[in-house]
Amino acid sequence: MWKRFFSNIGALIGVAILVTVIAVALLAPVIYPQGPWQMVQRPFLPPFTVDGLPLGTDTLGRDVAAQLAYGARVSLLVGLVSTIVALLIGVPLGAAAGFYGNMVDEGAMRFTEFFQTIPNFALAIVLVAIFQPSLASITLAIAIVSWPPVARLVRAEVMSVRKREFVDAARVAGLTPRRILIAQVLPNTVSPIIVMASLMVATAILLESSLSFLGLGDPNAMSWGYMIGAARTVIRSAWWLSFIPGVAIVVTVLALNLIGEGLNDALNPHLARKARA
Amino acid sequence: MRHLKATTFLIAAALAAPALAQQEGGRLDIVVQPEPPGLMLGLVQNGPTQLVSGDIYEGLLRYNTDLEPQPGLAESWEISEDGLTYTFKLHDGVTWHDGEPFTSADVVFSADVFLRETHARLRSSLAYVDSIEAPDDRTVVFNLKEPFGPFINAFEVGTMPIVPKHIYEGTDYATNEMNATPIGTGPFKFDEWVKGSHIHLVKNEDYYIDGLPHLDEIFYRVIPDAAARAVAFETGEVDVLPGGSVENWDVPRLTEMDGVCSTGKGWEFFAPHAWMWLNNREGPTADQKFRQAIMYALDREFVKDVVWNGFGTVATGPISSKTNFYSDDVTIYDHNPEKAKALLEEMGYDGEPVRVLPLPYGETWQRWAEAVRQNLSEVGINVEIDSTDVAGWNEKTSQWDYDMAFTYLYQYGDPALGVSRNYVASQISKGSPWNNVEGYENPELDEKWEAAATMVKPEDREAAYAEIQKEIVDDVPVAWLLELEFPTIYRCEVKNLVTTAIGVNDGPRDAWIEE
Repeated sequence: MWKRFFSNIGALIGVAILVTVIAVALLAPVIYPQGPWQMVQRPFLPPFTVDGLPLGTDTLGRDVAAQLAYGARVSLLVGLVSTIVALLIGVPLGAAAGFYGNMVDEGAMRFTEFFQTIPNFALAIVLVAIFQPSLASITLAIAIVSWPPVARLVRAEVMSVRKREFVDAARVAGLTPRRILIAQVLPNTVSPIIVMASLMVATAILLESSLSFLGLGDPNAMSWGYMIGAARTVIRSAWWLSFIPGVAIVVTVLALNLIGEGLNDALNPHLARKARA
Repeated sequence: MRHLKATTFLIAAALAAPALAQQEGGRLDIVVQPEPPGLMLGLVQNGPTQLVSGDIYEGLLRYNTDLEPQPGLAESWEISEDGLTYTFKLHDGVTWHDGEPFTSADVVFSADVFLRETHARLRSSLAYVDSIEAPDDRTVVFNLKEPFGPFINAFEVGTMPIVPKHIYEGTDYATNEMNATPIGTGPFKFDEWVKGSHIHLVKNEDYYIDGLPHLDEIFYRVIPDAAARAVAFETGEVDVLPGGSVENWDVPRLTEMDGVCSTGKGWEFFAPHAWMWLNNREGPTADQKFRQAIMYALDREFVKDVVWNGFGTVATGPISSKTNFYSDDVTIYDHNPEKAKALLEEMGYDGEPVRVLPLPYGETWQRWAEAVRQNLSEVGINVEIDSTDVAGWNEKTSQWDYDMAFTYLYQYGDPALGVSRNYVASQISKGSPWNNVEGYENPELDEKWEAAATMVKPEDREAAYAEIQKEIVDDVPVAWLLELEFPTIYRCEVKNLVTTAIGVNDGPRDAWIEE
């Protein structure tokens, strides 16, 4: 499987970018110990004009490079944690629905549909506004709006797997339904979940940026969306202030998508070959 | 009072000034933001209403940028030696826009009947008034119960607009259908209001001062988006951007354009003063040393230069340098992080986090809060920014649920009208974000504030307020930040636009356009 993954050039590029972003995020406090909020120079310095400030300064004279590094921390953290939370909600719900069927399925799916019918972003805005913007509330809000597709996917996978012979064999062997679900069925649904999760991280980063852009970000955490939102009013005089974090978002999201695609190909060789044929 | 009688000379001086080659005619397009809720200035006193209706209505007096009274509807006035009797001589030949003659009866009706009912801010000044009389058609006399120095500042058009008695007497003011087509005595007449688009005023041909106004018509344009307002100015669609109508960051770009002028004048009467409420009741901010440390930690010059693009003045204390009785003989808090750290050490600050509540009025205030947080964290104060909307800000400040909260308030020319309310104990009451929100109690100073308000001689008041300022600045009840300046941006062809303490509100009377 890994061989197949690494023979995919797109996926390799994605991994390379992501590793870089993670490295920058981890090293941010080492490279910029003074934090992203310190006013270091004249405001509105364009990139590459002053030594030591490769990306220039923002409206208050803060180092854009430092902001970008600290923003990577927030984006990755929110993306990762909210995806994990969404999986923790979506996987058990979808698995139960797919495996037990009948009333459980009905109940779980109507509940899921309830969330699916509300526009994602609108719901996220409402949740953050109610809970007061903070990293925790933003992460939770993103998780709450992004779990329904997971539940749907897991349900479909579980439904197809549970009809296989090895599940019947397990039943004959006397395993309880719960053990069959956890030990036999779920492990066989992991690959599409992984693919989906990698794409969810990307979506979560976008959602977080959109919320911050609208001023609903955590006012105490530097994030890429905040940078764009704050620079929006000066876009005509200092376009690079919105452009630089915008590029960061695009590149990171692209990397995650490439990785997701690579994983998809690697984990579903059958599908992949058909697609290429 | 000597300095008031001098006005006669001022008028003479003004008339004697060589007349510039003023050109007649032309149209002025001014941005009004947001759209006013109504134009009847006696009923509504929002900023946008004052901007538009300051051309339609008039007060007895106008004020120059040094806050000295100038003739308005009253051509001369006199204050008795004991400070108890204010006598106004009204202009001759003034008519309302519907042709009815204007007399002293209108003034008595406005001040004593109409505005007493509708104008909360004026009402507190009118509490000092015993009676208002009109001995003849052109004379009005205000008799005061006790001397109240700031009373001379109460005749500005937004504070005491003179409304027509023949239209409002005996009616329900709020529902009078003439509110939609306001009738005043001002240099411009109301013509049309297309909601969401513009308000059109036309020249009052019968204006009582010969040769005024110069302009033919004014369009007040409603453009809801700040960026769109900037574009409208760039493309020449509007000629004047009154203070605050574009984002601060856009100001340098617009003023650098060819043929564009700007001025910070025209706000002296309001003197918007920005500070942070510091909760004097609990938390670290209850400690005087902590509050002083905050003052030393803040780099207010930086904020003025960067966040406000150089507009404004660093505040030295509670009274704006533009307001009467300002004194700079106080402790000056420069940016001195070392001193701040020493003060924190002395009080034994344990790192307890403090919350900062920014004003939810857009990017400028958000950036300002971030700069403050950075300044404070550099001296070791743990700061978190709360985020909130306008309703939440009102709620939190008026219910005292904050540690530090940004605000700015108007001063109305006199400490007794717009300053003491924020520092005297009698003004401590939950539910208003405009009174003594910080909970500062100093009975000794309370007495001094009260005494200073009712002194007869300006020299005595000056001395009293100087003493108050010296004392209160050491206590740091709130963290004074900046005397805000909202630049008016306009095309240089527009002349004489900002000549008074309320700027564009009543400026178009004298304005003219050079072709």
